[in-house]
Formats: sequence, structure tokens, C-alpha cells
Amino acid sequence: MMTTVAIPPFETFYAEHRSEVLGLLRRKLGRDRADDAFQETFLRALRAYDRLDHAEHLRAWVLTIASRVAIDVHRRTKPTGEMPEVTHEDARPAYEDLGELTDGLPAKERAAVVLRYGYDLTYDQIAAALDSSPDAARQATSSGVRRIRKEARP
Amino acid sequence: MTVPTDLDLRFREAAARSGLLDAGYDVVESPLGPLLLAASDRGILRISFDADVEQHLEWLSQVAGRSVLRSPRQVDPLRRELDEYFDGRRHAFDLAVDLRDLTPFTERVLHELARVPFGETVTYAELATRAGNPKAARAVGMTMNRNRIPIVLPCHRVVGSGGSLVGYAGGLERKVALLTLEGVLL
Repeated sequence: MMTTVAIPPFETFYAEHRSEVLGLLRRKLGRDRADDAFQETFLRALRAYDRLDHAEHLRAWVLTIASRVAIDVHRRTKPTGEMPEVTHEDARPAYEDLGELTDGLPAKERAAVVLRYGYDLTYDQIAAALDSSPDAARQATSSGVRRIRKEARP
Repeated sequence: MTVPTDLDLRFREAAARSGLLDAGYDVVESPLGPLLLAASDRGILRISFDADVEQHLEWLSQVAGRSVLRSPRQVDPLRRELDEYFDGRRHAFDLAVDLRDLTPFTERVLHELARVPFGETVTYAELATRAGNPKAARAVGMTMNRNRIPIVLPCHRVVGSGGSLVGYAGGLERKVALLTLEGVLL
């Protein structure tokens, strides 16, 4: 039997995920553009929050919204010449390495690859986040990976 | 990565402006200690002397909906009126109250309560009579005890038949302080 997790008040959800969302957006967009994208991400989440059916995968859900907002910002704005923040730590999180590699992928494949290998989500979780099936999530992930391999080869 | 305070506040402000919140709340300072204030678009939902946010969050999301966020902007009009009241510059509150979860009798009692003016008191029995049920003094007492919008709905102005203060959910010393502010007690 599945136990359903109650959907928390928005404050709790926001407090739990805001740091990670801001981190993701700064890596993708640089510090300046990340601030607006941060607000946009949580306003989109707030707009959809009433319609959520369950509290599974809230983290994946909001990271996916953030990824989509970042894609929209990329489309809307020309690069400002500003370099994204680069951290020099030995234990660099996996999703940072994925940033450049996945830049050229179609949006859905990119989201799937980043969620799978950057955030270590299961295919079930990715499916929930991307509003598709686990099979489709697996396929999107592997075709994304194939595309990266192809592009990496000269 | 910590979210900078100004960025955090900007989102909370935008959320209140968007009209998407079921309720917004904040904790503010007052002469009676910290107050938790909460409001929906319909009006004031909660004023509490207990500023422990967690339990209020649960209650607010059950009554108003789960889109509840700490948002100074959402309670700003209320905060301003309370400041004026505590400064002695305001004798009546102009804001609507959100009583959506209450029974018709409770609502009637609270509406009568709201009409008891600054600086005056009323007995539990008299308030029961005004609400259309002279025998309901005890029920009125319960309603005062559970009043979730104290100060604005002035349950501190309700006293026993001999003029005794009886009690106050926020602590008797606060009832004394409010009645002193209003000139009822010296």
C-alpha cells in the first residue's frame, strides 16, 4: 500500500528548496539573471501548488520548474558576457559537470539527464517530475547520453 | 547556498502581490510581546500572542489552503493599524476579518463584540443578549476564550458581571495592559 505524504504548507516547501533552486539557477544563468529566475521559479510553483495531488518528488518537481525557467531565460536574453559563477572545490557536485555537457540537448533530454546523473533521481521520480512515464524518462535519459557521446567524439 | 535576505523578501513580496496566496503571515513586535499576524484576501485570519510559527502554519493551511507563506506585505495593513492602536492614535479597526470556519452563532457573537467601542466594557451575559441568546453567557465565554483575532475583535473588553476581569486566553496581564491602554483601568 502506498502511504500518501501530506502536501506541506507552501512556506515549508519554499524554505526546504530555495537554496538548492538558487544554486541551480546561478550555475545555469550567472548571479544576476539567477535572481529574477529564482522569483519566477517559485511564482510558477505557487501558481501550480493548489493543483498538486501528492507530495512525492517535490524536490524534482521544483528543480524541473527551475530548469525550464532557465531555458526560457536563455531564449529570452542574449548573453551578457558575464561568466557564470565557477567554484573551485575538489568535491564538485556532479550536476556542475553536467551543465556544459548537456547545454546542447533538447529540453526534455537535458532535464532527464541532469535529474538522473546530476541529482541522482530514480526514473520513477524523473517521470513524475517531467509528467511522463518511467519508460519515457529512461528513454529520454539514454538518448540524451547517446547524443552527448556523439557530440564529444570529433 | 544561502538565499540572500533581499532576494528572499522580494519573492515574498511578489507572492503577496500575485494574489496567489491563500494566506500570508508574519511575526511582528508589539508592546505586548511578539504577535503572529495572518491574513487572507478576505481579511484578518489570526492574531496570536503565541509566535511559535509551526503550529499556526498547519492551522492556516487547513483553514485557508496550503498556499501559505510568510509575507510581511500581506499583513502590512494590519501591522500598521495595530501600531497606531498601541500608540493611542487609533480607536477602531478598519480591516475586514475572515471568519470562514466559524459557526453562525460564533460569528454573531463576534460581530456584536466588534461593536463594543474602545474604552468600554460589556459583561458576558450582556453580549449573549445582544447576540440574541440571553442564556448563552457561558457559550459566549467559550467564544471569547477561542477568539482567534484578539485585540481587533476586542474580547479584552468583556468582563464578569461584578466587573471582574475573569480571564484572557493571552494571559490576564495582557487583558490588564489593553484595558489600561484604553483608559478603563488606571
